[in-house]
Amino acid sequence: MDIFMRFFNAFWVGGAFCAVAQILIDKTKLTPARILVAFVVTGVILSGLGLYDKIIEIGGAGATVPIIGFGNTLAKGVFKGIEERGFLGVFTGGVTGAAGGIAASVFFGFLAALLFNPKQK
Amino acid sequence: MDYTKQEYLDYVQKKSPNSKLFRNMLFAFVIGGLICTVGQGFGEIYKSVFGLNEESVKTAVPITMVFLGALFTGLNLYHKLAKYAGAGTLVPITGFANAVVSPAIEFKREGYVLGLAAKMFTIAGPVLVYGINASILLGLIYYVLGFGK
Repeated sequence: MDIFMRFFNAFWVGGAFCAVAQILIDKTKLTPARILVAFVVTGVILSGLGLYDKIIEIGGAGATVPIIGFGNTLAKGVFKGIEERGFLGVFTGGVTGAAGGIAASVFFGFLAALLFNPKQK
Repeated sequence: MDYTKQEYLDYVQKKSPNSKLFRNMLFAFVIGGLICTVGQGFGEIYKSVFGLNEESVKTAVPITMVFLGALFTGLNLYHKLAKYAGAGTLVPITGFANAVVSPAIEFKREGYVLGLAAKMFTIAGPVLVYGINASILLGLIYYVLGFGK
């Protein structure tokens, strides 16, 4: 797959996830927080069923950048954790797999909140 | 009344309830898609310039996007984009970063512990609670069914 196709696929796969979420916002009045929760859990379920790898294969960052990909990272982490540590991995795997995203959110989130101030409306 | 063709089309557009949904979807699709394309761009750079393998790219790209989401939220640019993008700025992980930073900035005046730090998790907290619990549940099923060693 050449580079143009990878960019194109990232665009439409990522865009499609966002369009689905937009339908949910407009048609069901789900709050943004609930949508984020629903997408992460959906990511975990799809990965558990072994379906999400296919979507990543096609969409690349279009599948890993949406929050649903965070669910995938958690699920993959659990599988890896169980492989390496057995039952303990059930508890350690998910967070280990998602450590990068979680730590980055805590660190960059904290820095940004320290450095910037609320805008006057 | 005299309508030009364009004015008439605009009028119909305004009157039809589904056009708003379609317009919102289009904005969400395009802007969300572009954010993911930016992520793909970083992935390509990490792979070809820094020689990261597939697995590391999958970690490095979200970290980069979280950084950008936090930065653009701080600069007060993310919410301007969000006005048009709707779910297009919510669903990418930059939106998760936005959900961490924006209440943290807002509640900074209530202190650095129960203001800034606590409010970072107003939305991120539930996402982590349900995400991590779902993954543990999945792990239990996977383990009990004997897929693990």
